[in-house]
Amino acid sequence: MCTVCGCGEGEVRIEGGEHAHVREDGTVFRHVHGEGAHDHGKAPVVGRFHEHPHTHADGSTHAHAHVHAGEHGHTHETAEAGAPAALHYGLGPAAAHAPGLSQERMVQIETDILGKNNALAEINRNHFAAHGVFAINLVSSPGSGKTTLLVKTLERLAGELPAAVIEGDQQTSVDAERIRATGVPAIQVNTGKGCHLDASMVGQAFERLPLAAGGLLLIENVGNLVCPADFDLGEAHKVVILSVTEGEDKPLKYPNMFRAADLMIVTKVDLLPHLSFDLPACLAHARRVNPRLEILQLAATTGEGLDAWLAWLRAGCGAARARAHTHGH
Amino acid sequence: MHEMSLAEGVLQVIEDAAQREGFRHVKEVRLEIGRLSGVEVESLRFCFDAVTRGSVAAGAALEIIFLPGRAWCFPCGKAVEVATELATCPDCGSIELQVQGGDEMRIKDLLVD
Repeated sequence: MCTVCGCGEGEVRIEGGEHAHVREDGTVFRHVHGEGAHDHGKAPVVGRFHEHPHTHADGSTHAHAHVHAGEHGHTHETAEAGAPAALHYGLGPAAAHAPGLSQERMVQIETDILGKNNALAEINRNHFAAHGVFAINLVSSPGSGKTTLLVKTLERLAGELPAAVIEGDQQTSVDAERIRATGVPAIQVNTGKGCHLDASMVGQAFERLPLAAGGLLLIENVGNLVCPADFDLGEAHKVVILSVTEGEDKPLKYPNMFRAADLMIVTKVDLLPHLSFDLPACLAHARRVNPRLEILQLAATTGEGLDAWLAWLRAGCGAARARAHTHGH
Repeated sequence: MHEMSLAEGVLQVIEDAAQREGFRHVKEVRLEIGRLSGVEVESLRFCFDAVTRGSVAAGAALEIIFLPGRAWCFPCGKAVEVATELATCPDCGSIELQVQGGDEMRIKDLLVD
């Protein structure tokens, strides 16, 4: 199982990246996770690890209220075929072995649950920075018009800015095909049952994309206002898109996402005359959740408001290029 | 929320620690979860039991230490404790609050043998 998104093994597909994988029991799996972030359902470490004959002095042996007398620390030495038989009895609360006293101890972890994804995102971020790439992560509910906005954006930027797109969806490569029709390289990541893109998927997809230094990387996340909020992909900004055909209370219902974003784009504003959508209330809700949120309003199909969005992208690309230049790339 | 992802993340950290520290069994896992993190604790427990089956953490107790939501109240000019992102200031009732903490999702420590 994918250790980041919990999706089943082999369900994540990155276009062009599939290969076979044989497990210890001889079963062949198609897998696409690549090296690094994904565990391939290997058996847990029992039976593989060995014990180190040294004492951990960093507090890992301190006493704890959960001593269960009557358990034996020496009952595990069977079934360790092939593993070194060294057993250390100095790690327990008593720092010595005493029959009847458990060998239990505390191990300090102090790690973010999503720490591995965060570390991979930081690698992506450094990679983007070194190449002067301006990467943004577009998040919204399904059907807000993300892909339409991207298509119109890329048409307007054609010949001006090098660009590439990573498309995240549970299934199909329909969106990537729509992007490629504009002449811009795009790669589809299918997350299977997964509900969001993660940093590993983006890192692998980026490797397969031709994008000139100083370019714009648009990452269209899986349509979902919940999970993508917590998964850093290494982007410069999360951009949340809210269409006026949805409810104006979405920022209140999904505050984590609106707090994680730096920019909100209200789309389909050409439809406002036909709807009961309360735009001022929507903006007030968004600012209540995130007082520093920038807000743009546009209609991708008519082009209304698109200039401000393009100016925002150009400014971001310019800043990313300037930083890469300053750092000698 | 994506509690299955979180449970998988916890297990991965535990398995890394098991290799590094050389333990074979986890009795208890302590997590620090912020009140504003959006984590459904009952769902997380269910997912944790499911993903740890057959692992070093099979059957481990999951203890949750809740951390308070923290926000800065602009009218009061001080930090206050809040139960939700949309809470008003407990002292002055203002909605002009900037959330400052409470979205933690951390693994604190493990009781192992």
